Amino acid sequence: METRTARIGLRVATLLTLAFIYLPLGIIALYAFNQTRTQRWPISGLTLRWWDKAFHNPGVRDAVLRSIEAALGATAIALVLGTLAALAVQRYRFFGRETISFLVILPIALPGIVTGMALNATFRTVLEPFGVGFGIFTIMVGHATFCIVVMYNNVLARLRRSSRFIEEASMDLGADTWQTFRYVTLPLTRTALLAGGLLAFALSFDEVIVTTFTAGAVKTVPLWIYTNLSRPNQLPIVNVVAVSLVLLSAIPVYLASRLTQESGILRRR
Amino acid sequence: MTSIAYESPPPRRSLGRRVASFLYRHPRAQVSLLLATPLGWLVIAYLGSLGVLFAAAFWRLDPFTANIVRDPGLQNFKTLVENDVYRSITIRTVKIAAAVTLTDAVLAFPIAYYMARIATPRVKGLLVVAILMPLWSSYLVKVYAWRVILQENGALNWALSPLGVHGPGFGEVAMWLVFSYLWLPYMILPLYAGLERIPESLVEASGDLGARGSRTFRSVILPLALPALVAGSIFTFSLTLGDFITPNLVSSVQFIGNVVYANVGVANNLPLASAFATVPVLIMIVYLLLAKRLGAFESL
Repeated sequence: METRTARIGLRVATLLTLAFIYLPLGIIALYAFNQTRTQRWPISGLTLRWWDKAFHNPGVRDAVLRSIEAALGATAIALVLGTLAALAVQRYRFFGRETISFLVILPIALPGIVTGMALNATFRTVLEPFGVGFGIFTIMVGHATFCIVVMYNNVLARLRRSSRFIEEASMDLGADTWQTFRYVTLPLTRTALLAGGLLAFALSFDEVIVTTFTAGAVKTVPLWIYTNLSRPNQLPIVNVVAVSLVLLSAIPVYLASRLTQESGILRRR
Repeated sequence: MTSIAYESPPPRRSLGRRVASFLYRHPRAQVSLLLATPLGWLVIAYLGSLGVLFAAAFWRLDPFTANIVRDPGLQNFKTLVENDVYRSITIRTVKIAAAVTLTDAVLAFPIAYYMARIATPRVKGLLVVAILMPLWSSYLVKVYAWRVILQENGALNWALSPLGVHGPGFGEVAMWLVFSYLWLPYMILPLYAGLERIPESLVEASGDLGARGSRTFRSVILPLALPALVAGSIFTFSLTLGDFITPNLVSSVQFIGNVVYANVGVANNLPLASAFATVPVLIMIVYLLLAKRLGAFESL
């Protein structure tokens, strides 16, 4: 229905939008190879010096380890909780079923600052009397809270597409609840679990707002970048860390989108 | 075969098997078991925290001891309404959130339309991934990239200098630009999904009835895409409303989030911070109710 001119116009607009989205990321990538310490455009020459410096920077190394630790913990918690909730919502009818989807989305739908503040106040009053201060554990708990939705949505979508009958068939053949879960439900949802886990990991690895309220003295990678932005000396290293962060978060997202395209054991037959 | 099974003594059943059959006979127990941890977490840890936060909005700070006094009152909200600074910060936050939403709607339409209705399936798949990846890549890095681009000797001023124009520098315009950049993918994806759902037959019918492209767009496509547009706007609006890092990095003016952050940390006035934090939440609740009436929830 679109005229030729409309088609060409739309194609040009699409390319311009893509350029708008990717240009800033490209520019920061170039700065990571900038020869001079000052952030002037155009850059004066290319060097790999900052990559070496960043690699040997103890602050960066520590932040990367902390981030991985926090993201693994948060992903593990979210994986269990999100999957349990998805199984309950998809397989059973019960009072308040509709509210669960809403409840799960809430931590990510409300402004990050609200979630951050709420958790901060609670940790301070509930955990500190037990001697648990702000640190890696509170980061994990905070991240897990808003990562649950990613797991939940992925698993729920997979369960909706797969047939209930195979689980019933498994039961009819004599498998109990555990065996059915182990040999039928789990293989059925495996790729969805993996995709959700990758996304939860990426979400946690990049998060900064809730983290500022729950981290205490611990520095995750985004927090390290945030504090070092005000130190002009550190900016060349910040550039390198920034580019690595973009590249690293692209991998799980790409893999997750591939995993959810082919839909488990039912479609392949 | 069944008769043999009845005659032979029942096999010894393991504990796991017995629990499994108990659960099978009691679906309610099964649901409770599944939901206990996730709901315990979300209701007690999260909703409980939110509850405490909103209760704190009604407390106040003793001006002499700086301790929190827990007798409920509306004094924090009174301060927010009466104080010019807080009022102008609220207005600025909402104004920029609205501007960003509008900008993203305009920017997202052509590319979403192209993805949904013109691109071949292969290109479509590539474009979805191309929009998805920057959506998930680090928020902070994107803001930082713009900070580098917008600074005095940055790329933007360099690109504009042959034209004799100077870039916006840091400030409200920079904020508008950066927010529009940050949340653009959040608008493109729901809009693309919404446009893709429009049946081709309706567009053809419109053409058969004599409507030109622009008329079809106005009278058929736009109304049908509206719920998706509103769904996308929930993200662009809400994410801008609650932000405090972007204003901090690319401007020297404050958002609601900056005041909240300062009052949780340095000023240590939790009651006032809580009260101010309820403002974006209330605005979002009203926004969500409106969005629900426009059918946006089906497009999420």
